Amino acid sequence: MRCVQRSDDFEVRRKRLRSLSDDELHARFWKLVEKIVDPLVEEARTHTTPSIERSVLLRMGFSSIEAKALVKQLSERGLLGQGAGCLILQLALKKKLPIREAGDALLQGRYWGEFDL
Amino acid sequence: MKLNPDNKLDVREVLKDLDSYRPRRKGWVWRQQIENHEIGSFVYQDTSENLNHCVPLPAARAFGDIDPQCDMVITTEIASGRFEDDLRRMRMAAWHGADHIMVIRTTGQSHIDGLIEGTPEGIGGIPVTRKQIRATRKALDAIEDEVGRPINFHSYVSGVAGPEVAVLFAEEGMNGAHQDPQYNVLYRDINMHRSFVDAAEAKTLMADAAILQLDGAHNANATAKEAWKVTPELLVQHAINTAYSRAVGMPTELIALSTVPPTAPPAPKLRLDLPYAVALRELFDGYKFRAQQNTRYIEADTSEASITHVLDTLISRLTCADIQSTITPDEGRNIPWHYNNVAAVNTARQTLMGIDGITQVLQLKREGAFSEQVRELKERAVLFLEEILEDGGYYAAVASGQFVDQGYYPERKGDGIARDPQGGDGAGSVIPRAPDYGAPVCSHFGTNRYDERDGRLCADYGGCTLCDPTKIQYIDELDPEDNVEVRLQQTLAHRQQGLVRPEVERHGDGIVCVTLFVPESPRVAEAAAMEMARRMGLHQPEVISRRLMHPSEGSVFEIKGRLDATIRVDELQLPAYPAPLPESEIEDWVRGRNIRLVAATVGEDEHSVGLHEVLDIKHGGIEKYGFRCHVLGTSVPVERVLDMAQSEHAHAVLISTIVTHANVHARHMQHLHELAKQRGLRERLVLIAGGTQVTDELARKCGLDAGFGRGTTGQDVASFLVHKLREQTTT
Repeated sequence: MRCVQRSDDFEVRRKRLRSLSDDELHARFWKLVEKIVDPLVEEARTHTTPSIERSVLLRMGFSSIEAKALVKQLSERGLLGQGAGCLILQLALKKKLPIREAGDALLQGRYWGEFDL
Repeated sequence: MKLNPDNKLDVREVLKDLDSYRPRRKGWVWRQQIENHEIGSFVYQDTSENLNHCVPLPAARAFGDIDPQCDMVITTEIASGRFEDDLRRMRMAAWHGADHIMVIRTTGQSHIDGLIEGTPEGIGGIPVTRKQIRATRKALDAIEDEVGRPINFHSYVSGVAGPEVAVLFAEEGMNGAHQDPQYNVLYRDINMHRSFVDAAEAKTLMADAAILQLDGAHNANATAKEAWKVTPELLVQHAINTAYSRAVGMPTELIALSTVPPTAPPAPKLRLDLPYAVALRELFDGYKFRAQQNTRYIEADTSEASITHVLDTLISRLTCADIQSTITPDEGRNIPWHYNNVAAVNTARQTLMGIDGITQVLQLKREGAFSEQVRELKERAVLFLEEILEDGGYYAAVASGQFVDQGYYPERKGDGIARDPQGGDGAGSVIPRAPDYGAPVCSHFGTNRYDERDGRLCADYGGCTLCDPTKIQYIDELDPEDNVEVRLQQTLAHRQQGLVRPEVERHGDGIVCVTLFVPESPRVAEAAAMEMARRMGLHQPEVISRRLMHPSEGSVFEIKGRLDATIRVDELQLPAYPAPLPESEIEDWVRGRNIRLVAATVGEDEHSVGLHEVLDIKHGGIEKYGFRCHVLGTSVPVERVLDMAQSEHAHAVLISTIVTHANVHARHMQHLHELAKQRGLRERLVLIAGGTQVTDELARKCGLDAGFGRGTTGQDVASFLVHKLREQTTT
C-alpha cells in the first residue's frame, strides 16, 4: 500500500475544469460518483454475507439466536450461497412443516441430508 | 401509558408488557413551518407548532413565558450506559425542545457479529437491543404525548451486523439511523467488501421502513488535525454514500447529509465554514441536511463550546438545515451529563429564536471571493473523484490511503487511513450468490429467485415479520445478572425509601461539580483547588476544567467528585411558600380592599429591574391584581421606607436588595425587621425581601416574613401576600 505525498498542485489540475459552468461541474461530479459506486452496487447485487442471511431469517420469524446458529451451520456446510431463507423455505414446503419447525429440526441435526441434492 | 408532569417517569410501567408492544407509527416526522406565527407579542417567521408542556428559556419570564419552537428538528445525543436512566434525560430534553433522540451504542457493538438481546449495561453508550428499543420507544410515545410533538428515535445501522440491525429497526419503528459503509471501513476497520454488500441490504430495509438515513462523513472532521482541509473529501464521502443509497433504491427525501462546520474561533470560522456549507448545499440540492455542531475543537471549557455552537447554528440558518443536531458542551471532558444535554438543546433553541427571520434581512453575497471559494471546493472534490477512478476505484483508493489525509486535496501529506481490501473485521465473509439464490422476504436487495414471481415474496409461508409483526421473536433477557431488573432493585428501593442523591448521568451517581477560583500561579492553584475539593468532602476529585486568568493572579477550576450525601426527602425542611393562587382568586380578594404596599431597592443599590418586574403592571407585576404600590426608587435608606409605610398605613413592605458585598443584603433585611419592631409596626406590616441572592430561608432568618429569589413572578409574591393578609384578618 502506498501513501503518496504531494504538494498542492490545484492550480495546474483545475485548468481543465475552469471552462465548465457550475451546472456542468455539478453534472460531472455526479457522473464520476456514479461510476465509482457502480461496481460496488454490482458486487452487492450478486453477493451475500452471514449478516444478510441472518437478517433474512429474522424476517422469516426466527429469533436472533436461532438465526445465528442456522446461518453458522449453513455456512460451515458451504450452503450460504443458496440463501438461508430459500433453503429453509424449500425444506418446510417439502416436509409440509411450518417455517419455524423446519428451522428447529435443522438445529436439532435433522434433515441436513435434504440439502445434498 | 400516560405521563403527568408532577410525577416521575415510572420505569416499571415502561417495562410492562414489552413482549406485545408495537410502535404507533413508522417513518420520520418533520416539523411543519408556520409563517407569520403569532406568539406572545411577536410574529415569527421560522417557527413550528408550540408545545403543550415546555421549560421556556430563562429570559422568557420577561416575555410572557413564550417558548417559540423553531422549524428545524432538534437533535440530542443521549447515552449513559443504562437506558433506564436515559429515559428521564430524554423527557427533560423534550421539554426543552428536542424532538430527535439519538442513542449512542455501547463501545464495541460494531464488532459484534449478530444482535444483542436484553438490557446489559453499556460503556459510553448502550447495547442497542430489541427490548431496549421497545422500552425507549414506549417511553417516547408517552413523552411525545406529554409535550405535544412527535419525537424521532434514532441509532446506528453500522458494524458487521448492519442488515440485522436494519431489520430490527424496521420492525420496531425506529425513525432515523446512521448508515454509511465508509464509516465501517475507515474508522472501524471492517472489511470493505462486507461493509458495502451489507449496506445495500440495510439501506433497502431502511428505505422501505421510511427510516431517515444520516451519513457518516462528519467523522472526517473530528479525525483530521486541520479539519477545514478535509472539506473536498467530505464532499466526496457524502457523494459516495448518497449515490450508493440512490442506486439501491433509497428515495432522495430519506437521505440526510451529516455535516459539521469544520472550524472554531479563533479561526475565522464563518469565512472558512460558509463557503463549504454553500458548496455542499449546491452540490446536494434536493437532499436533507443534518447540521451538527462542531466537536473537533471542544476541550474543557463549556462556555467556549457553546459559543462555537451558536456560530454553527447561525451557519445552519444562513444556509439551510433540516435538522440541527446539538453537541453537549461537556463532550470534550466526559460522557455528557443530564443537564448538559439540555444546555446544548438550549444553545440551538436560543440561537434559532434570536435569529428568527434573519434570512429576510440578510443574505450571503454571491460574488467575488466568496463565490470563488465555493467553486474551488467543488473543483477540488471533482479532482478527488477523478483520481479515485484513475486509481482503480473506491477500494483501491482506500487501500492507497487517499481518505482522511491531512492535506488540502490535491495536496497529500501521506498520512491518510489506508485499509487492505482483503483485511479487516469480517474479511472473507462475502460470498457469491448461486444462480438459484433466494431470499423469500420483503425489503431484500439484489438477485433473488423470488423476485420473478407475482405478489409478495413472502407469500409462501404467510408473510414475513415486516408484513406480519406477530411473527417477531421477542427475547426478554439473556443474562440473569446484567439486566435492568437487577439494576432497578437498588434504584427503586432508594426511591421508595425517599432517598435522594445528586447525579449527573446515572441514578444516584453522587457526582457533583464545583467551581473554584484560586489566586495563585497555575501549579499551586491546582494543587490547592484539589485540596479544597477534598476538604469539601468530594471523593475522587478530578479537575475537569482549568482556565488561566493570569499567570500569577490566578486560575479557575471546575472539579468533579462524588458527594456521598444521601438525603431523606421526608426530613427536609421545605420553604413555606404557598402554592401560587389562581390569578382570578388573587384579584377577587385584593380589589376593593385597598391593599397598600411600599417598595424600594434599599441601601447603596441602583438595581431596579427585578422590583419592577414584580410590581409593574406593564411587566405583568402585582399591580394588575389591584394592589396599590408606592415605589420609592433605588438606593433608599430602610428608615425612609418605614417612614413611608407608616404615613401611608401600608399593609406590606417589599424591599429589593441585589448587592451582596460583605453580606450587606442580609444586614438590610435584619435592619428592616428590627427597625419595624422598634417603631411598633412589625405586627401589622408584612415584610418581604427580594433579590437574586435572597432565599426564603435567609429572609426568615433575618426576621422577615418571606424572601423571594431568582425567577420570582408577580403571581408568586401576590399569592404570598394574599395568604398572609388573609391570615392576619382571620386571626
